[in-house]
Amino acid sequence: MAKQVSPGVLALRKVVDDVYADAREAKKQGKLVGWSSSKFPCELAEAFDLNVMYPENQAAGIAAQRDGEIMCQAAEDLGFDNDICGYARISLAYAAGKRASRKFDPETLEFIIDPKSGKPLKDENGNVVIDPETGKPKKDPKTQVPYTVLDDIHEIEALPETTEKEIAYKNFRREAIKPYKQMRIPQPDFVLCCNNICNCMTKWYENIARMCNIPLIMVDIPYNNTIEVSDSAVKYVRAQFDAAIHQLEELTGKKFDEEKFELACKHANRTAQNWLKVCDYLQYKPAPMSGFDLFNHMADVVTARGKEAAADAFDLLAHDLEQNIKEGTSTLPFPEKYRVMFEGIPCWPKLPNLFKPLKENGVNVTAVVYAPAFGFVYNNMDEMARAYYKAPNSVCIEQGVAWREGICRDNKVDGVLVHYNRSCKPWSGYMAEMQRRFTKDLGVPCAGFDGDQADPRNFNEAQYTTRVQGLVEAMDANKKD
Amino acid sequence: MSIETIVKEFSAVAANPKGQLKAYKDAGKKCIGVMPYYAPEELVYAAGMMPFGMWGSNSKTIQRAKEYCATFYCTIAQLDLEMLLDGTMDLLDGVITPTICDTLRPMSQNIRVAMSEKLPCIFLAHPQNRFADFGKQFCMDQYDHVKGELEKIAGHEIKSEDIAKAIKVYNKSRAARREFVKLASEHCDVIDPIMRSAVLKAAWFMDKAEYTEKLEALNAELKALPAAKWNGVKVVTSGIICDNPVLLKVFKDNNVAIAADDVAHESRAFRTDASEEGDPMMALVEQFTNTDYDILLYDPQSSKNRRGEFVANLVKESGAQGLVLFMQQFCDPEEMEFPYLKRALDAAGIPFIKLGVDQQMRDFGQAATAIQAFADVLSVQ
Repeated sequence: MAKQVSPGVLALRKVVDDVYADAREAKKQGKLVGWSSSKFPCELAEAFDLNVMYPENQAAGIAAQRDGEIMCQAAEDLGFDNDICGYARISLAYAAGKRASRKFDPETLEFIIDPKSGKPLKDENGNVVIDPETGKPKKDPKTQVPYTVLDDIHEIEALPETTEKEIAYKNFRREAIKPYKQMRIPQPDFVLCCNNICNCMTKWYENIARMCNIPLIMVDIPYNNTIEVSDSAVKYVRAQFDAAIHQLEELTGKKFDEEKFELACKHANRTAQNWLKVCDYLQYKPAPMSGFDLFNHMADVVTARGKEAAADAFDLLAHDLEQNIKEGTSTLPFPEKYRVMFEGIPCWPKLPNLFKPLKENGVNVTAVVYAPAFGFVYNNMDEMARAYYKAPNSVCIEQGVAWREGICRDNKVDGVLVHYNRSCKPWSGYMAEMQRRFTKDLGVPCAGFDGDQADPRNFNEAQYTTRVQGLVEAMDANKKD
Repeated sequence: MSIETIVKEFSAVAANPKGQLKAYKDAGKKCIGVMPYYAPEELVYAAGMMPFGMWGSNSKTIQRAKEYCATFYCTIAQLDLEMLLDGTMDLLDGVITPTICDTLRPMSQNIRVAMSEKLPCIFLAHPQNRFADFGKQFCMDQYDHVKGELEKIAGHEIKSEDIAKAIKVYNKSRAARREFVKLASEHCDVIDPIMRSAVLKAAWFMDKAEYTEKLEALNAELKALPAAKWNGVKVVTSGIICDNPVLLKVFKDNNVAIAADDVAHESRAFRTDASEEGDPMMALVEQFTNTDYDILLYDPQSSKNRRGEFVANLVKESGAQGLVLFMQQFCDPEEMEFPYLKRALDAAGIPFIKLGVDQQMRDFGQAATAIQAFADVLSVQ
């Protein structure tokens, strides 16, 4: 039976699909399309009706579609070290014109199917059909896909188109680029960078600006050593907002529309509040959803925070969850035995592998730091500056610990699973100390594993499974005590 | 004093920072550790204290720092923490932790936590949007904070006139180091890469007035020498740090001289002077905001390849035939800027090699082969 998808989830999916579709349409109409870091104040771009794409969201999508490795390698071939953040590598390869595409025969213009792809073929009774020649399960041809190859849009556009054959080939090659939305975003006309996430972002966006010869609008958020955001810091960021507005005015030839800005702020606040409301449903025991759902819904907070539709969709999801509570149901496909906080960005290319041992052991993720991290709630420009000053990697260890321990307590976790994310130095940089504090302050066990948010080569499933097993045993022992 | 004697003295200092620290402490000076990058050392000096550069170590092994850091972190930062944990830097009275890169951000927290009962940590966050007045004001606020914390350690106020004096001392020292870099290239038959590194490295562990006096004496001796008869090749070095004598010996053995450098631990640290006019605090702020062509800093004209072209020009102007890039392992900013540095070098027809390095490396066999082959290529050009 097909999995039931709730109206809220459908609405959230549509919001993100629309953001991508609108940007493609805008580009077609000759309008400006920008690329933005996920925690750049989207309210500013909304005030100018600009269509904006989010490379982090795009990279996560590409990685989840299993094209992280080929795009990372493409960036490495351009000279970017494999040590660099996987999101940055995917995005830089994409900005340079590299695309994951489907292999085809240039003569027949037919896709060349990868025989290893696809799901096992099943007979009318649902049994797997075995190939008598190989003794292995046969593949269902309907589920098989072409080989993935790397292509380059600049190479494609430089192809001749004099003969009919040349035109057909060129068009087919354009169409062979993987059709999912993240592989089809328009090239940028400008970039919006806010480095509250990391300083890698600064260099990443400078590189995009250089590759595409486009303007870069920069909002710098220096690292903060105190829980409070000082007035000096607020003044610095406020002034940068003003400078960014001025740059956007020059870029668009429009005046800053205060009304639109106020409206975007209103939507962004409502989205943030509804996002936090949705996250809070994980406080119920058992939870009415799988915490992994939040990873998917993050796409909305990133790409559509300032849009009314996002706020509405989260509201709808909250209703769905309320209904689950009443009915005693959950989107978690197994009974919840343990509750953990998942620390860090998930390994997008390996989500099923991440989920598997959790499912086997009845572990639900009931806390993720993204909950407070995207809950930008404010009443005026100064508060907005303060809100954007607090991103997961720009806050001091005390704030980072307070956020996490807050959700661990509220969401009643039994343990913490820490992703040492090879792509994210600022995030993983103080996790060892945080782990010690979680155990000391909350009395819960922690387990760490090595992985990567986008490059599947940095994830070791055997190590992960063992660590989850160890965590489960420790949580079990803790419960018995 | 002979060139040999002065260089020997600098080499002894560069090889024994712990001894230097002890000597200054014995002389009654308070000492402040200064981590990379761009900390306004002049404020420490103006407080009558001794700034101590912290750029890792070529001889230590990371052990205690593992309690705090995952394996994929810059060894310079990890070894700084190691030296704070293992007692090497126990005599310090404080440490300044700038946070301009993604390793230094969380490292500032690890150091503050690890040192909470041992010594005060002075946090510093530089602005990247540093050109407009609002950027300068933020930098000023940060420097005011650093000044205030230093005053607490020093036990007295840091006076404006003392900052002005410190700026003069530091400008003089920077000018002397820039001149030494030129002279070391002109007389590369006398100053080999190991000596060059030791002379520049010693600056991080010496009172700048004392250092400058000695360096000026060395420069005078070098100026008096006849022009070098150099049969080898010349390169520009680039990267965060390249102070390992074992690695530099490979340069020497293959007749590879260093014509100039684009190294954070060397020339990048003394390229930009502070104004000796006006408010000295603002002069320090503007010294930072004027810093340019640096991999760690935001370039508002980022659609151009200004830094890549700057380094390519440096190679040409210095008379070098090629460039050796020391790629510090796990250094995002260096890695992120590499493709466009390569593009600029290729466009200018400048040969280069990229060597992966970190401070835990003990075997330089592979690097030696690469440098030897590179020297051969350059010598036939």
